Amino acid sequence: MNPTSLTARKANLVSCHVCHLLSRAATTHCPRCGSSLHQRKVNSIARTWALLIAACICYIPANVLPMTISSTLGSKQTDTIMSGVIYFIHSGSWEIALVIFIASIFVPLIKMFILAFLLISIHFRIRWKPRDRTRLYRLTEAVGRWSMVDVYVVTILVGLVHLGALANVDAGPAAFYFAAVVVITMFAAESFDPRLIWDVMEQ
Amino acid sequence: MSSRIACHECDLLQIIPALPEKASARCVRCGAVLYRRKPNSINRTLAWTFTGLIFFVLANCLPFLAMKSGGFVQETKLVTGIIQLFKQGLPGVSALVMLTCVIFPLLDMAGTLYVLLPLKLNRAPRGAPRVFRLIQHIRLWGMVEIFMLGILVALVKLAKMAEIIPGLALYSFIALMFAIAAAANNLDSHLIWEKLGRKI
Ligand SMILES: [Zn+2]
Repeated sequence: MNPTSLTARKANLVSCHVCHLLSRAATTHCPRCGSSLHQRKVNSIARTWALLIAACICYIPANVLPMTISSTLGSKQTDTIMSGVIYFIHSGSWEIALVIFIASIFVPLIKMFILAFLLISIHFRIRWKPRDRTRLYRLTEAVGRWSMVDVYVVTILVGLVHLGALANVDAGPAAFYFAAVVVITMFAAESFDPRLIWDVMEQ
Repeated sequence: MSSRIACHECDLLQIIPALPEKASARCVRCGAVLYRRKPNSINRTLAWTFTGLIFFVLANCLPFLAMKSGGFVQETKLVTGIIQLFKQGLPGVSALVMLTCVIFPLLDMAGTLYVLLPLKLNRAPRGAPRVFRLIQHIRLWGMVEIFMLGILVALVKLAKMAEIIPGLALYSFIALMFAIAAAANNLDSHLIWEKLGRKI
């Protein structure tokens, strides 16, 4: 590979974020794919902070409120995400407990922490290990979607266990907040621009 | 085929050399994958997408899962749970599941065919850049493989409560998951953009 030690911005070029074609800096729309061109994602920092805060707020009801309300022969039982994990541990399927714990509790939390850390590091113009920080970003981007698994579990339970008085599962309000956390954090990761980490290094 | 490219993660300009098949070029500064060459990309992507479409239809039409409990048998389709969520006053969650597991995967496959089939015959269909751009965004939100994990978890949860009978749609769904992954793995978007760029 041929490094030129020059960024597209310094060379007065702008790279299309969809098709990666390079255009002159003043171009507004990519001549090849038609998407609008920007040196950096528009309002990246403010937008990511706003989404991050919204996700943090939704994270609380997502974990406190019931995810499912199941009734069998008159007895009712509500389950939160955590009580679902505990149920799986008690019933001996600790692999499933681990999957749910990682996907539903650990991943959203770590994702929010990493994004906040990256935003703060850019705010204070920290020059520490940009390559590792980019790697952290790549990780949050790749792993975030797997949190959706609990929403799907609820969908399947709700569709399948529908025998009236005999056995019935209803979705609880947490399903909404939890889905919101996953979607909002995915948008937050998308609106963050990792090039900002490297812009600090240029100065 | 060497060309200049700016890293999408750190903005560094660099030249991608002509790569041997299956090789990938990484950014020298941040390590992001800039480009990966895929052999016979268009043919393989088309084949997997066609396969995917067939299994998509089967997964949506055939019986999905059935639950046997005390003489009752509750049979479901893939969309049953989505409809139930809607009925229980969670239209947002219902729509999200519908989009990520049914509509986006379908649009992704349909769009891929729309762009790639004419390209194979050396023609550019109307609005191809716009369609290809759209499906690049949509692909991020197709979550068939995660739904599959959800099925596994739900089955373990219900195994102690009742007998679950897997339907043909379940197997079709597994096949659909592999077909979508294989299509995405073989799609060389860099190559497609280059072809589309020449047609304009
Ligand atoms: Zn880079």
